Formats: sequence, structure tokens, C-alpha cells
Amino acid sequence: MTHTLLEVKDLKVRLGTGDHAVRPVDGVSFRIARGETFALLGESGCGKSMTALSLLRLLPQPAGEITSGSVKLDGEELLALPESGMRNVRGGRIAMIFQEPQTSLNPVMTVGAQISESLALHKGLDGDAARQEVISLLDAVGIPDAARRHNEYPHQLSGGMKQRVMIAMALAGDPDLLIADEPTTALDVTIQAQVLELIAKLQRERGMAVLLITHDLGVVSGMADRVAVMYAGQIIEQAPRDAFYTAPQHPYSQRLFAALPDSSKREQRLTVIPGTVPPLNQVFHACRFAERCDRAWDVCRQTAPDWFAQDDMHGVRCHLADPTLSVPDTSKNVPDSTEQKTTAANEGAGTELLDVRDLQVYFPIQKGLFRRTVGYVRAVDGVSLSIPRGETLALVGESGCGKTTAGKGVLQLLKPTAGSVCFEGTELVDLRGEALRKRRSEFQIIFQDPFSSMNPRMNVGDIIEEGMVAQGIGGDAGKRRQRVDRLLDQVGLRPGHRSRYPHQFSGGQRQRICIARALAVNPKLIICDEPTSALDVSVQAQILNLLKDLQGELGLSYLFITHNLSVVSYLADRVAVMYLGRIVEEGSVSDVLDNAQHPYTQALLSAVPALDRDAQREIIRLEGDLPSPANPPAGCHFHPRCPRAVEVCREAYPPSVQLSEGHSARCHLLGE
Amino acid sequence: MIKPVLLWTDALVFLLVFIVVAFGFYARRYEHLRAPWREVVRGRIAVASLVVLTFYTVTGLLDSLHYRKALPMQDGQVEVQYAGDVVSVLDGLLGGIATQAEKTYSAPFATTLFTRETVVDENGVQQRIFPRLKYGGAHLKDPLRERAADIAGRSLMAFVQALLFMLALFVLLALLLGRHWNSTVLTTAKRLWHGESGVPWRTFMITVSLLVFLVLLIANLAPVWHVFGTDKVGKDVLYETIKSIRTGLVIGTLTTLIMLPFAVLLGMMAGYFRGWVDDVIQYLYTTLNSIPGVLLIAASVLMMQVYMDTHPELFETMAERADLRLLFLCLILGITSWTGLCRLLRGETLKLRELDYVQAANAFGVSRSVIMVRHLLPNLMHIVLISVVIDFSGLVLAEAVLSYVGVGVDPTTLSWGNMINSARLEMAREPMVWWSLLAAFSFMFTLVLAANLFSDAVRDAFDPRMRR
Amino acid sequence: MLAYIIRRLLYAIPILVGVNLITFVLFFVVNSPDDVARMHLGMKHVTPDAVEKWKVEHGYDQPLLYNRDAPGVEQLTDTIFFEKSVKLFAFEFGSSDAGRNIGEDISQRMWPSLAIALPTLLLGLLVHISFAMLLAFFRGSYLDLSGVILSVVLMSISGLFYIIAGQFLFSKVLHLVPISGYEPGWQAWRFVLLPVVIGVISALGSSGRWYRTIFLEEIGRDYVRTARAKGLPELKLLFTHVLKNAMVPILTGIVVVLPLLFMGSLIMESFFGIPGLGSYTIEAIQKQDFAIVRAMVFLGSVLYILGLLLTDLSYTLVDPRIRLS
Repeated sequence: MTHTLLEVKDLKVRLGTGDHAVRPVDGVSFRIARGETFALLGESGCGKSMTALSLLRLLPQPAGEITSGSVKLDGEELLALPESGMRNVRGGRIAMIFQEPQTSLNPVMTVGAQISESLALHKGLDGDAARQEVISLLDAVGIPDAARRHNEYPHQLSGGMKQRVMIAMALAGDPDLLIADEPTTALDVTIQAQVLELIAKLQRERGMAVLLITHDLGVVSGMADRVAVMYAGQIIEQAPRDAFYTAPQHPYSQRLFAALPDSSKREQRLTVIPGTVPPLNQVFHACRFAERCDRAWDVCRQTAPDWFAQDDMHGVRCHLADPTLSVPDTSKNVPDSTEQKTTAANEGAGTELLDVRDLQVYFPIQKGLFRRTVGYVRAVDGVSLSIPRGETLALVGESGCGKTTAGKGVLQLLKPTAGSVCFEGTELVDLRGEALRKRRSEFQIIFQDPFSSMNPRMNVGDIIEEGMVAQGIGGDAGKRRQRVDRLLDQVGLRPGHRSRYPHQFSGGQRQRICIARALAVNPKLIICDEPTSALDVSVQAQILNLLKDLQGELGLSYLFITHNLSVVSYLADRVAVMYLGRIVEEGSVSDVLDNAQHPYTQALLSAVPALDRDAQREIIRLEGDLPSPANPPAGCHFHPRCPRAVEVCREAYPPSVQLSEGHSARCHLLGE
Repeated sequence: MIKPVLLWTDALVFLLVFIVVAFGFYARRYEHLRAPWREVVRGRIAVASLVVLTFYTVTGLLDSLHYRKALPMQDGQVEVQYAGDVVSVLDGLLGGIATQAEKTYSAPFATTLFTRETVVDENGVQQRIFPRLKYGGAHLKDPLRERAADIAGRSLMAFVQALLFMLALFVLLALLLGRHWNSTVLTTAKRLWHGESGVPWRTFMITVSLLVFLVLLIANLAPVWHVFGTDKVGKDVLYETIKSIRTGLVIGTLTTLIMLPFAVLLGMMAGYFRGWVDDVIQYLYTTLNSIPGVLLIAASVLMMQVYMDTHPELFETMAERADLRLLFLCLILGITSWTGLCRLLRGETLKLRELDYVQAANAFGVSRSVIMVRHLLPNLMHIVLISVVIDFSGLVLAEAVLSYVGVGVDPTTLSWGNMINSARLEMAREPMVWWSLLAAFSFMFTLVLAANLFSDAVRDAFDPRMRR
Repeated sequence: MLAYIIRRLLYAIPILVGVNLITFVLFFVVNSPDDVARMHLGMKHVTPDAVEKWKVEHGYDQPLLYNRDAPGVEQLTDTIFFEKSVKLFAFEFGSSDAGRNIGEDISQRMWPSLAIALPTLLLGLLVHISFAMLLAFFRGSYLDLSGVILSVVLMSISGLFYIIAGQFLFSKVLHLVPISGYEPGWQAWRFVLLPVVIGVISALGSSGRWYRTIFLEEIGRDYVRTARAKGLPELKLLFTHVLKNAMVPILTGIVVVLPLLFMGSLIMESFFGIPGLGSYTIEAIQKQDFAIVRAMVFLGSVLYILGLLLTDLSYTLVDPRIRLS
């Protein structure tokens, strides 16, 4: 290893006091060399962000406290520095960027002022010199028209731009180490690709070290030199990037890979990690992962494993790696994770259940003296799609493309402006009042955020029963109760959970309750609106398995709204790609994902960070951001960002081109 | 023989008590309703202020049980005649203090009047002296020498009684809690003594004992002394202050009771239905809100006064008239103060209606009224509760100001505002007559402080932002 | 922007009409002018003639809404509603029941009111923000805790107590300033000082605590963490980043009361004998001079609506995120 820049030893952090004290970081050690990218990988709540904050001594006050350990930057102990000395380190030698660019910038100060502040602190620049430097920094992070942006406020910038400004601010002090805490999690995949590329480029140019904190195996793969995996406040595995991706050592790491959905696992159930992360307000006497580990044996449940270093770069915290222990053969304990999916023969499978034609959902923009409607936000602007019984259609697109609005329009939760939604031959758009209310049991919805999708003041039993009561399904109170118990069992919860309240459940369990609630009224179609994007990978796998099982058992149809292409490739039968209110490409999963024809689909696919770095793929860079649906570009909506746009794209919206049986796209380039 | 009298405010006060008790029983069954309250009673300050509030409330409730005494039967009278003035159970308990009126001002614990009077003694000589009081310290032969000893003795008596009470309370608590905690009486007593319990029972005990001591002090001293002196017409100031408690409480609570249904219903409807319903409700509260509060109250009260003055035939007794005026004051305060809560609830409903669980209910075809009752209302209640407890102290303080302005309660109603108002006129007197002011301000301050501290605890426990 | 202002002004019209209707109902429908006249003349032994005479003298001798006997348009204009309510829109307040011109009284009396209210507001802003800043800087410490407790105690004391105690202490015992009275011109400061100080102190509890809450809310936000990660010293962070953001709710909360400063404070002015609009109103209330009360109600609403408009406009000045369309 070359010159060590940062050395962290046995860092421990406590949040809160007394019985409620939590130890989110519990003995973390690692070192980062100059100029390298070190990734700290872990699921939510594992303590990776707390680790980063404690390096800068920025733990939330007064709750947070570093209880022991050492953080050495270039040999200088940071934990011993006085607060004034620490201020020179912050921003000057270690800079940090955060997950939420939306809230991390001061809304009432101009971008330029916020960057100059850093320049004044660490370089003593002010006045015109500072202004020049700010502009050159903004240039360096790829913000067009930097001189003008200097005087703009954060709200005038898009999310990606804000993150660039954050990076510029971090660079202002010329730091040796950049801590990037989930820098792209809040961004769309095409923007994520831009920002990651920028960080990598700046790192090369300036020789900065980067501590990358993320939950995304794909991002790590593309960026990191070395990887450390965190679980429940500890680093459980550390390895060079290549070694980690070819042969992860710790059972948790292995299972993380296995839980990732992709097309090759289509015919199987995903491997799941059962259970949840243990709460961190306890003292551990055993391996923290033992309860969820398929290879755990007695020792794991009795003693906590030590750190077993294979060499300077490589190590794992697991009894399996202990050379002094004889490891029992536990391979037979592996639950049958590759079981074939059971497909019930559905009557009427293949016939159309839902047929949407030219659906439009507009929101009026009102302006002027009398609030006249001067225009419309065309959130959904002529979407047509159809779903056969028992099949899954994925509606894919970036945030703001109108996919959620389309889902709500189909369900008549938002009144469509125009178009037709034909469900089993009934025109839903024409149904009103009671007639529509009666049909509502047949199409249901599952939401993205498991925290806001249940009334916190109702218990689980009442939540699930609500739809049955409203629709008059399930008989009397006693029968309904039995049915609730059965449903809870079906989604993998216990009947005893009936009398509990939502806040007593984890995110994944809540999502199961939401699924049970939807199932309670015997729907034929379920609209799944990003049901797994708020969940960790291991929990996501549980939910995806459940959805797939239910489809097999009950012959459900799904309209699966998502931005996550790997979930699509695992779950969907057909895919529709949406851009600015319209579907630009549609076809079977293999047609669209493996043989994408529309330039947008191609760019989207190329921007997804792949686990496999060797796959020689060129990332198709998209310029700029999604335009506003209130004022879409003339001609093809995509042409301002399209790398292959030609003259005709500026003039007319392309017609639908049939590429093959069931595969169509809207692009002028495909016309001939 | 007595004849119970149910005044309008009495009825509403007891309706309120019934609602609170009924909600208490309802909340016992639901964990999510109980949990924040448990949080509240775990705070020492909250428990202490709750005890203080309870003492005030009990006083107020005792003062809300009104009746008319039967007049002694005259010869040949067949039907029982009742006295014209309406008294309360509290008056009965206070006994003599209510009626032992002096001639005019006298200082606390004084034995003589505050002002000199010309008296003709038995020798026919005119003298300007401070005459002895009729009741205050009348049992003493030589007040100058005996006064201090008498007061000390009676205070000591009260202190001993309070100590005994505290001991009894301690034993009782130890017995009751011991059963609850499944521990012996001795260990329970030890834990209590060291303050080792989730609910701060020790604080509870000390506060209760302290207040009981004050009550006993009054019980021992008040029959023979004017503890807070007397006012211009010689009435005991302590009696007036205690009687003012009910007025303060009634204004603080009934106002809320009256405005709450409007604020909640209209706020929720505006936020949930939007469209023209929203426009109308918004127009309504912006209009009401744009009239400065005091002026609207002043105008309404003035008009009510004129109406009452021109229609004297509507009221049977003075008490009834004063009571109705109090009720109307609450009504007017309610009308002018619902707008704030209404706007708050409208804003919150606008947020709630977009939440996924409301959308999910829509997707089930749950009717709008059911959504309002099951999804919106329960998730708005914490805002309602917080604003009710915060409003309470503001209303108690407002009463004083309004009475000063001349648009408060009836001048015959005993209230802190009226006390301050009449005492203020004597400010210029040398030496100053300060005791009425002090008594009114300190009783009001204690109540408002307790209410403020309690509302802080309630807000901390119920505000989900804090709980996250 | 202009369109927005015009729309807001147009929106004010129905509200003022509403206010007008409310006052009309309150003053003329709940009690008929006859009742009012009788009350003014003393309840007992009032002859109908005296009532009529009083009504004629004060202009209450017309029908309420519709004058059957008058010709043409005057059927509508020769009514109490038109004379007493509609004319308020033109700021014609008429004369008080005591016979004085209300409009003139108001224009004279608003200056003393302002002389008290404006310094109270400005000094209060300075003191309360400094107090809250101090607590926010030492958040979580004993200083903060005692500051919060002090606030709650101050909040629990009746406003009347501050005035009475202040007058007693500063004027009666210490003889620093006169108890009450007013003099126009520069000599006014002697009379203004005590009410201003009392006004500031009596609001310290509630405002200080409210501002502290706002500051703490801002301190908890992400951009503060960003600024700390930049290496900004805590004090500078408070005075630039936090204060700038906190000023948005604080300033806009104040703008709404700005126009109402002209109305003065009822209690303060009456205690200190300041000849402002507050004491004008309170005297009118005590003398039951309804014409003045009615005028003040209308004036108050106009000023409040103006305040609302100013609030919205001030948002655009202090918060770059808001651009009015």
C-alpha cells in the first residue's frame, strides 16, 4: 500500500444516553491511501453515515458522541484536535458531500456566496479573486454558463446541478479526502452516471482520495479501488474491489449479491436474507449476523467473531475464516432458494384484462388576474398500454416522467383528462360514483413509501379489513377476522400481528401488510408503484419473491411502476419505457432490455451501474435534465438530450414504429 | 332544604367533564391513544402542574354545583320559599368567609380598618382612630401582642396536619403501588422515597402535600383572619380570589368547547373537499380574522350588553343574568378564535389527503365521510389537543384584559379581571392598597403557569415531529 | 407581479364587504337604533319623543336597508346601511355619538399610537432575537434551560401585571419617568420610554421562545451540516446561514402587524394616558360610542388586509424561492 492518508482505528460512536443509547458505530477500523477510492458499503442503518460524520466530528449534537478510537489524518490525531483546529480540517483537508442535494444547500444564499464562503475560510480569497475562482470551480464540475449560475439560488437548479454545486463547494478547499455520502441516491440513473463520472474525473485530476459511502453494489463496482462492507455497526469484510466482486467471503456479502434481481434469475426465487438487522441498543455477545446467516452454527451464536486478516488488504469478520475452528458442513442448511416458481394454470390467461388508450392526465396552470388557465402540465400525454391476465407490465422511467400519475389515472384516483381505460370490457372513465366504487375491489394499488401508506392510528387488522368493509367482501366480522389471519399468513406474517400498529413493523413487513391489504378485496390487477425502492436489497428480494408467488397462486396482473431496471428484468413480462408523459418504447422484456432501439432506452440501460466492470460498455451520456412537462420541447421530446438527434426530430413527434411482433418504439431514426 | 339550580355554564362544564371522562375510558382501550399520555405523566414538571390544575379544577367544579337555600318557614306558610341568591357548594364549604364582611379596606391579617374613622367613644369624645374589624382577629383581646403568636400557632397546626396527611398519602401510595409493582410495602416505600419510578410519584406526593398544606392553612386561618385583607366594600379578598377560579376556568374551557366543533369540521371540510367549499370557508375565516380580535369582541359584547339591558325580563335572577353574560362571552371569544385552529387544520388536511393511506382508502372506494372520520380526524386530533391546551392559558389571561377594557364578564361576577380592575383605581392611594392585586395576580399566575407547563409536556408528547 | 397585487386588492373587496355586513348586523340588527337610543338616554322613563329626537340628531332616523318613502336612487341611499356602512368604503366615518368628527380624530390620534408601537416593535425585535440567539447558541446547556423556564414564567404573567408593576416601580418608587401623559414633539420620549420597555419585556417570553424554536428548527436542517462540513465557525454559521433563513418566518410574521401599529394598543395607551387610537377606542367602548367602534372595526380590517398583502410581497423580498406570478 502506498502512503496512508487516513487511518481509522477502533472507532466507536454512541447516540443518546441511558437505556435508549444506540451504538451505530462499534469498533470500525480502516485506512485510506492517497488518491484511492475506498467504498463503505452497507444497507440502511448499518452505521456507514455515522462513521463518515464522526471522521469530521459532525455527529448530531448533543446526542452523538465518539466514545473511543482514533482517526489519524496524515498521522495527526483528529479526535484530539481542538474545535478550532478541526475547522481547518473540515472543508480544507477533508470535504464532504451529502445524499440530499435538495436540502443540503442554503436556500436563501446564492450558489456563488456559498462556495466563496469556503474559499474565504481555507484560501483567504475574497472579492473578485473569489468570484473568479468560484466560476472556475463551477466550470470544473461541468456547470454550463458558470458566470450566470454564480448569482443564482439553489432552487433555480436541478437536482443533478445542485449535487455538482455541492462538489464544487467541496473542492473549494482543495481537500485531500472527499467523503461522498450516498452522493447519487437521490438522483436519477442518467444523472447518477454523470455525477459519478465527474467524481472519478476530478479524483484523477486532483489526486484526491475518496471515501464513497453507498448501498449500491453497482456504484461501488464502477468507482471503488477497495471495498469495506458494514453490518450492524461493524466492518465485516474488507477486500480489493476485484477480489470482492469475484469471491466475496462473508456470508452476508455473498447473500447481498445473490439477492440482487436480474434477468438470469427469472425462473427462480431470489435468495433472501431472512429477518432484519438487529437493533443496535444492545451489547452483542455473538455474531451480529448469526440470526440471519444460513451457515451459522453453535460458535456463531456464542461468541462474537474476531477480525481475520488474510493480508494487509483483505479480511473478514466471520468464524468461517477462523483457521483454528473446524467448520461444520452447513451447506445442507441452505434453504431451498432455487425452487422453481409455481405457476398455477389461470383460466383465461393471456386475454386482455386492462386496455388503456391515449390516456391523458393534465394539470392546469393558472396565471394572471383571474387565475385563467394558461397552460397544462402534461404529466401523462397519450399513453396506451394493455395488460393480459396473469402478466406483468413494467412501466419504466425517471422521476417526473409521469409514470405514477399514469398509474393513478388508470385507477381513476386522478380523473383522466382524456382517453379510455378499459377494464374487462368496462370503460372506467365513464363510470361515476357508486358504479365506480363497486368496481374498485378489482384493481388495487401498492405504494412506494411503506411509512405513509398506512394510517398510524389504526391497527393492522383494521387496516386490512378496511377494503373488505367498504366493498362488503368477506362476510361478517368473524369471517373477516379469519380472512385477515389467512392473508397475514399468506404474506408471511403471523395472525398475532393483527392487533399491532404499523410503527411496530420494519419497512419490509409494512410492505407485506400493504400487499395483504390490497389482496383482501380479491383484486385482478395490482398497480405496484415502486414497491421496493424504499427498501434495502435484501428486503427487496423478499417482496419480489412474494409478489411473484402471489401472481403464480392467484393469477394476478401487475402494472409495475419502477425506475429500477434490474427489478424489471427479473419480474416483468413486458416493458414500456416512459419519457415526459409518453411511452417511447414498448415490448417484451428481452426485446427492450437486450435489444433496445430507442436512444433514450439505450442511454437508460447504459447508465445503470453494472456489477461487472469488465463488460466493455460505453455509457451513453445524456446532456442536461428532464425538461418540464409544462413546456415540453417541440418535435420529439427527447431531441435536446438525444446524442443522435437529426433535423426532423426538432420538427415533429415521431410516430410509433413497429419493430417486430410486440416491439415498438417512437423514434424518427427507426422509421426507415 | 335546598333547591338545586343548574346554570347554563354549569351544564356545559359538566358536559365537558363527561366528554373528558368518556374519552379517557375510550382511550384506555387503544394503545396509540394511551401512549402519549403515558409519556406526559412521566415528566416531573407535567405531574406537578397536573396536580395544581386538578386542585383548580376541583375548586371550579365545587363552585359549579349551585343551589338556593330554603328560607325559614313562616307561620301559616304552606310552600317552601327559597332565597333569591344562588350559592354553590364551594360557598357552603368556605362557610364564614363568604359572609364576614368588614366596612371597607383592611390589610392582610389586620385587626383594624385601613382608614381612619371618626368614632365617638363611650365618653362622648370624638376620635379619629383605626376601628377594630368586626371579624378579622376579633377573637383576640390584645391584637398587638397576641397576633403573631396566634398566626404562628394556627400555621403550625396546619403544618402538622399537612405532615400527617403526607404520611397517610405515602402509606396509601406504597400499599397501592406495591400491589401494582408486585413488591413488598417496604421496598415500594423505599423506591418511592428515592423517586425510583417511571411515573414520578414522589413529585406527585410532594405537590399534593404542598397544596393540601395551603388548603389547611386557609382552613385554619381564614375563619378568624382576612388572609388577603378586604376590599373596598369590606369583602374578604381571599374569598373573591377563590370564587374567581371558576370564572377563569369556564372561560378557558367552554370557549374551546364551543368553537371546537366548528373549527374541526370546517377546517377538515375545507382541506378535504377543496373547490368551492374551500373557497367559502376560507372567505369566512379570512373575513372574521381581518377584524382585530379585541374590537370584534368589544363590539359583540357591547351589543350583547345593550340587548340584555333592553330585555331585562329574560332573566329570573341576577346569577342567571351574570351567568348568561359569561356564556355569551365564551361564545363570542369562541367565534373570534376558531379561525386560527381552522386554518391550521385545513393546512394539515391538505397534506393528509395526499398521503398514501388516504389514497389507498380511495382505491378501496371508502366513502368520503368514512375517510374523514377514520383517517383524517384521528390524525388531526393531536393538533386539536395541543391548540386547546395552549389556548387555555391565553384565554385565562384574556379575561383579565377584557374585563379591564369593560367588555369582559358581568361586573357582578367575581373574576380576576374585575378584581384587578377595581383595585387599579386605588393605585394612587397612599399607602397603596396592594393585596387585591397581589391575590388576583398570584392565583392567576399559578393557574396559567401550570397550564403552560402542562401544555409544553402535552405538545412534546403529541407532536409527531418531536417524537421522530 | 402587478397582476398579483391587483388580484389581491380585488380579493380584498369581498372581504371588506363581509366585514361591513358583520358590523352592520352587529350594530343595527341585533339591537334596533331605538334600543340604542333608549340605552343612551338612560333606560327608564324615556319618552318615544326623546328617542326620535336622539335618532334624528345622530342620523339614525332612516330605515335600515330600504327607504320606501324616498324617490329614485335615494330609496337605497337614504338608509342607515348606506349612510353608516357603505360610506365606510370611502373612509367617511361620519361623526361620533358625541358629535365629533371621527375621521379628524383618527388622523390626529394615530401618531401618538405609532410613537409607542413602532419603537416597541423595533426594540422588541432586536431584544427578542438576541435573546433567542443566545439560547440557540448555548442550546442544551443550563443557560438554555433556564432561559426557556424564564420564558414560560414570563409568558404566564398577565400583561396587566407588567404595566402595573412597571408604573409602580419606575414612576412611583424610583420617579424615573412620569406615570402617564403625553406631549407631542421630542419631549414625548419621556412618556414613551416606559410603555416601550414594558411592551418589550412583556412579549419577551412568548417571542423569545418562538424565535428560539425557529432557530433550533433551522439549526437541525441539512444545509447547516453542509456549512459545518465547510469548516464555518459556529457563531458565524448562526449569524449568516441560520439567521438568514429564520428571518423568513420572523419578518413575514411581523409585516402583517405593521399597518396595525397605527391602531395602537388598547391597554398600554389607556394605562399611560397616551392620546392615541388605542385609548380612543377604549374610551369609545367605555362610553358605548358605537359610531367610533364601528369605524375602528372597519379601519382595523382594512389595515389587516393591507398587512396580508404586504406579507405576501415581503416573502418575495426575503425568500428567493418565492416568485409571485
